[in-house]
Amino acid sequence: MKQPSAASAHHFLPVKTITVVVVVLSVIAATAATFKDRNDFAGYTAGYDDMSSDSVKSVAAFMKVYKVLMSPRCMNCHPAGDQPLQGDDSHVHTMNVQRGKDGTGVYALKCTNCHQPTNTPGVNTPPGNPKWQLPPSDMKMVFQGKTPRQLALQIMNYNQNGHKNKKQLLEHARDTLVKAGWHMGEGRMPPSLSYNNFLIAWDTWINNGAYAPKR
Amino acid sequence: MISLNVNQKAYQVDVSPDMPLLWVIRDVLGLTGTKYGCGVAQCGACVVHLNGEAVRSCITKVSRAEGQKVVTIEGLSDNNNHPLQQAWREIDVPQCGYCHSGQLMSAAVLLRENPNPTDKDIDDAMAGNICRCGTYLRIRKAIHIAAGMQQKG
Repeated sequence: MKQPSAASAHHFLPVKTITVVVVVLSVIAATAATFKDRNDFAGYTAGYDDMSSDSVKSVAAFMKVYKVLMSPRCMNCHPAGDQPLQGDDSHVHTMNVQRGKDGTGVYALKCTNCHQPTNTPGVNTPPGNPKWQLPPSDMKMVFQGKTPRQLALQIMNYNQNGHKNKKQLLEHARDTLVKAGWHMGEGRMPPSLSYNNFLIAWDTWINNGAYAPKR
Repeated sequence: MISLNVNQKAYQVDVSPDMPLLWVIRDVLGLTGTKYGCGVAQCGACVVHLNGEAVRSCITKVSRAEGQKVVTIEGLSDNNNHPLQQAWREIDVPQCGYCHSGQLMSAAVLLRENPNPTDKDIDDAMAGNICRCGTYLRIRKAIHIAAGMQQKG
């Protein structure tokens, strides 16, 4: 029986197959690496070297976060529709104001036309902050109507949370506009949790695996 | 002293930085075309342009306007001949007239950003300017007329 020659032996190696497998594995590895930086949920946060993973503690903390985020001071600017909400009863903002493309309003009713860099004194006057606006129309970050699970998954989703990674999410709770929720002027109830306790809950949720509640 | 640029004129005013811009415009500069309606940014009678944007001067501190460009109803045009002002005259829009400085200033921003507004665009732009006399239908019609004038050049 004729033995295969050295020159023809390499034709038995599936070179094309090996090349395809290597390329596919490289793509998977690259994608997995970016998920780690993006903090994409789906349980990926579990097992990080720099975090403990405790789903019970994480979920319990998130339920405190949820109560704050669903309070009028936060939810009013994270509406399901394209108009902000207003007041402790979260009615639709008067004067037919609209989100607009970038979240800053439209025409003669842009947010900062009335909302100043600081609170205006007195009841029924506009509260203020230098960054007063809604999320933009291509990243609405809706809170209104979300269940705890839906909200947690949304916040941890890089493509839905304003492109924030883990570090940026932790920093976001320290943002001036977030802090403003606790000092929004006369006649507006602050969230039920103090700001410091909110921070503790936020950090605890994220640093213990950012688990979403079952519902 | 606070430096202001109002209707392309420079002013130095000796007022508290917290004074509402409306008070400065009316009481210090004597430009009384801009009106006080509610004092809480809910009626639109006080609308002026701050760097082209329709701010409510009753709750805007004068410090926010320092060094910026302010335009009041007196400065909307050189000879009261802005297309909106012409349209307002053409179909007799005002009744008592009190709200109309604010109405015109808001409409001017709309037409600058959207030269051919639909009725919905007009709703979106003008719903913050209220009129106790109910001249809304004429306001809407005048905005359409002014838009047509602008397009004809």
